[in-house]
Amino acid sequence: MGFRKLINSKKLLSFFAAFMLLGTNLLMAQTAAAGAAQEEAPKVDWTGVAYYVAIFFLICLGIAIVGKILKIYDLTLKMQGKKGIKWNNIMAVICIIFLLAGLYGSYWSFTEQGSMTLPEAASAHGVKIDEMFTVTTVLTMIVFFVTQILLFTFLFRYRHSDKRRAHFLPHNNTIEKVWTIAPAIVLTILVVFGFFTWQKIMNSENLKDDINIDVTGHQFAWELRYPGKDGVLGPKDFRLVTGANNLGVNFKKKSSFDDLKVDTMYLPVNKSIRLNILAQDVIHSVYMPHFRVQLNAVPGLPTFFKFTPTITTAQMRTKLDDPKFEYTLYCNKICGGSHYNMQKVVRVVTEAEYQSWLSRQKPYLNDALRKELHFAAANSEQSGASTNRIALNN
Amino acid sequence: MSTLAVHDHAGTHHDEHGHEHHHDQSFLSKYVFSMDHKMIAKQFLITGITMAVIAMILSILFRIQLAYPDKTFPLLTTLLGRFAPNGRISPDFYLALVTIHGTIMVFFVLTAGLSGTFANLLIPLQVGARDMASPFMNMLSYWFFFLASVIMLSSFFVQKGPASGGWTIYPPLSALPKAMPGSGEGMTLWLISMVLFVASSLMGGINYVSTVLNMRTKGMDLWKMPLTIWALFLTAILGILAFPVLVAGVVLLIFDRSVGTSFYLSDIVLNGVQQPFEGGSPILFQHLFWFLGHPEVYIVIMPAMGISSEIMSVNSRKPIFGYHAMVYSLIGITVLSFIVWGHHMFVTGMNPFLGGVFMITTLIIAVPSAVKTFNWLATLWRGNIRFTPAMLFAIGMVSFFISGGLTGIFLGNAALDINLHDTYFVVAHFHLVMGSAAIFGMLAGVYHWFPKMFGRMMDEKLGYLHFWLTFICAYLVFFPMHFMGLDGVPRRYYAFTEFASMQKWLTINTFVTWAAIIAALTQFGFLYNFFVSIFKGRKATQNPWESNTLEWTTPVEHLHGNWPGEIPTVYRWPYDYSKPGAEEDYIPQTVPYSQTMSSNVPHDFEDNPVGLEELNKFTSTLKANEQVK
Repeated sequence: MGFRKLINSKKLLSFFAAFMLLGTNLLMAQTAAAGAAQEEAPKVDWTGVAYYVAIFFLICLGIAIVGKILKIYDLTLKMQGKKGIKWNNIMAVICIIFLLAGLYGSYWSFTEQGSMTLPEAASAHGVKIDEMFTVTTVLTMIVFFVTQILLFTFLFRYRHSDKRRAHFLPHNNTIEKVWTIAPAIVLTILVVFGFFTWQKIMNSENLKDDINIDVTGHQFAWELRYPGKDGVLGPKDFRLVTGANNLGVNFKKKSSFDDLKVDTMYLPVNKSIRLNILAQDVIHSVYMPHFRVQLNAVPGLPTFFKFTPTITTAQMRTKLDDPKFEYTLYCNKICGGSHYNMQKVVRVVTEAEYQSWLSRQKPYLNDALRKELHFAAANSEQSGASTNRIALNN
Repeated sequence: MSTLAVHDHAGTHHDEHGHEHHHDQSFLSKYVFSMDHKMIAKQFLITGITMAVIAMILSILFRIQLAYPDKTFPLLTTLLGRFAPNGRISPDFYLALVTIHGTIMVFFVLTAGLSGTFANLLIPLQVGARDMASPFMNMLSYWFFFLASVIMLSSFFVQKGPASGGWTIYPPLSALPKAMPGSGEGMTLWLISMVLFVASSLMGGINYVSTVLNMRTKGMDLWKMPLTIWALFLTAILGILAFPVLVAGVVLLIFDRSVGTSFYLSDIVLNGVQQPFEGGSPILFQHLFWFLGHPEVYIVIMPAMGISSEIMSVNSRKPIFGYHAMVYSLIGITVLSFIVWGHHMFVTGMNPFLGGVFMITTLIIAVPSAVKTFNWLATLWRGNIRFTPAMLFAIGMVSFFISGGLTGIFLGNAALDINLHDTYFVVAHFHLVMGSAAIFGMLAGVYHWFPKMFGRMMDEKLGYLHFWLTFICAYLVFFPMHFMGLDGVPRRYYAFTEFASMQKWLTINTFVTWAAIIAALTQFGFLYNFFVSIFKGRKATQNPWESNTLEWTTPVEHLHGNWPGEIPTVYRWPYDYSKPGAEEDYIPQTVPYSQTMSSNVPHDFEDNPVGLEELNKFTSTLKANEQVK
């Protein structure tokens, strides 16, 4: 069906008119019904839909009319013995316009949206990541702008002409060697820097004054456990999980007795933090972008991430001129319906504030758990025997 | 209805002297259960387009949620029923939408739709074979794909909806049927669909490799194959080696789901209940998945590279620059793509040393990619460029490949990946480099080979409109996403406005959604052009683009067996465009050197026994004639 047929089609016009009328009717029906029963399920606002569909068809119609006009103009030119519209040249010109608009758009995007990105890293290793990021951005953006400019300039400059022939150049070994070796060198630089930065960040050496914090993910919350006065977190076992002992802390070990259960993650500034990352059900991911921290929480595979926060929440609020600013811990691995809202506030405070906060936290071993443990102790044999090893591979 | 067709017997019909006989074909055997590679190509294409439209609509649905996270749309309830109660898509269905959108686009459109279409169409036509090595298996390949598509879509009609654990279906979400609504029957159907899909890919891949290796016409040595064939051939090898690993992973996953094994599960408490799994590791599945998953992104992009190379050469009327380098870079990418999978797992808790190793291999793969980009630019340099819609889409592919490829350098760097992993930066990166670039490669191929498939031409002006609107909108959609990622906005968040720090992105998200809607509506213009042109398009000539490759030597009307007589002999490489001394600005591969004496150069005969033999014969005839005179 050509455009003419489409535009002149009586069936199409009738359908279109019926559609619009239907929209009006539905609108009236809905208005009347709205007063009668407001609690009913919301009805479709066909008028709204019809409005957008009508706009779409009008745009299509507009494009078709412009197309027709261009075609007539083209035919007129040809009848006058001319060559007609030079679409090839028009495309070449659009290429150069796209290049200029694109360059400006990229610049605008970098300045406007670039300024909305994360502030400076609030952790010691984050600074290294940011340096690496700057180096990579500079190198890649040079390549980005040069290659895109060449691409679209060539398109404009070498657009088709009947008067000349393309240059026959099947290969040039020297040039090919240059543009194989040059990226290889640049990438080697990035690889070397990246490799050493990565090794430093992933340094897993345990220090005595590391603050150990357990972060356990489950659908759909994070549980935090801090060590008590002994500075040691008690061991855990998923087979010990009960209603009151929802993390499965093993209270046969003394180190568990003084562990603390907290709601908000407080971190002392400039202290080495070791997050012990665990999951109970599916994979979650601890993501704290301001600290440049991310590591998956995998059931059955405890992981850890070490970092040192360097900017307190109060300092960051001043820097950003945002009195409500909070560091946040997200879940960054798809984990179910409420994955999008699995957040935890993280506060970086001074050592004194941290100690003061810590002294106010309640122990994990609360009254309900004591009661339950007493009950559980009588049945310890039963609970310990639940090693149901069905796996074929262990 | 019956038509006269040429049918060949297996084992005898693929040499150029193979006998042919004619018999009637029914509607079913010609259009439905066809064994003709050209018809199978069309079947793959139209099914791929259908799946692409579905995936596109799914993406618009979840983009509406992202643009208007706090508003209600009663129409959504009418359309989606229980999946969108109270005029809003439910969080679980949102995840299902992103999961199925990703699955369909990666596997059903960009793998089967792209490779299935162009490998089927071009391999026999461009290497000079009458059909695939095994036409029956080729037909089965399509029907397995079709069945996989139907099963994947049918998951929308099971009670709890389709799989919703992301297109990577990481366990335990995929292994515990009670983990979320999308872990139930929908996930089972996803797994069944994928096993059938892999079977289809393997049958297709084996056919492509066998055909390229065994059935090339006389003179068509490997170094005379068009880059499309090289790309499709290497893609098929990638698929054959990588897909079975996914099947192995999926089978173990099915065991974990149904039989009670613990390959991927350990230490799990679900809804307060301890699960009897010990000793497994979800990370094992990720290793198996990404062993396919990363080569998969090259399975997606390499055919687009081959198609674009071919089209850029034809339309800039220049030889592709550095043909050998282009082939070696494809081979390099093929080999390297198998040892980079770990970069998807930098933050899984994998041994950090291993992370360092994968970072090195990942960044090395940028070298062959850079070589390809520079060679494309050199191909355009001093060309005589014709802007057909196909050419524009090929150029768009290069532009996206540059933009998306460069951001891959950030993600391949383990240190940077700590902060960028699973954010919108990743979404922007892969949608440019393998989403948009591959789709543009595919569309370039559709516009370029439409006359070969349907014997008619598509409307050029609509093609121009299609290109510019899609190209601009794709950049408008994906460019800003980089910055969202740099602000640490995680992907797959149903309502990011729940976080105070992310609310500033609402305007951008609304803008992106409208750009996506315009891009989607533009595709309906393409569909109109495509389907109307099949029946009403201007009739095509035999070689409308003045191209050198063999497919344009076949008749416009399709013939089962491709060439009515003998298969033509190939004398030269496919990129003799604008050769100095030649009368025309193109010399088809079937033109002997003896007919182009004024344009021959010594390089033409290096490692070219057929050309050399033919030239010697010609020279001795010339001498003999002179002696007679």
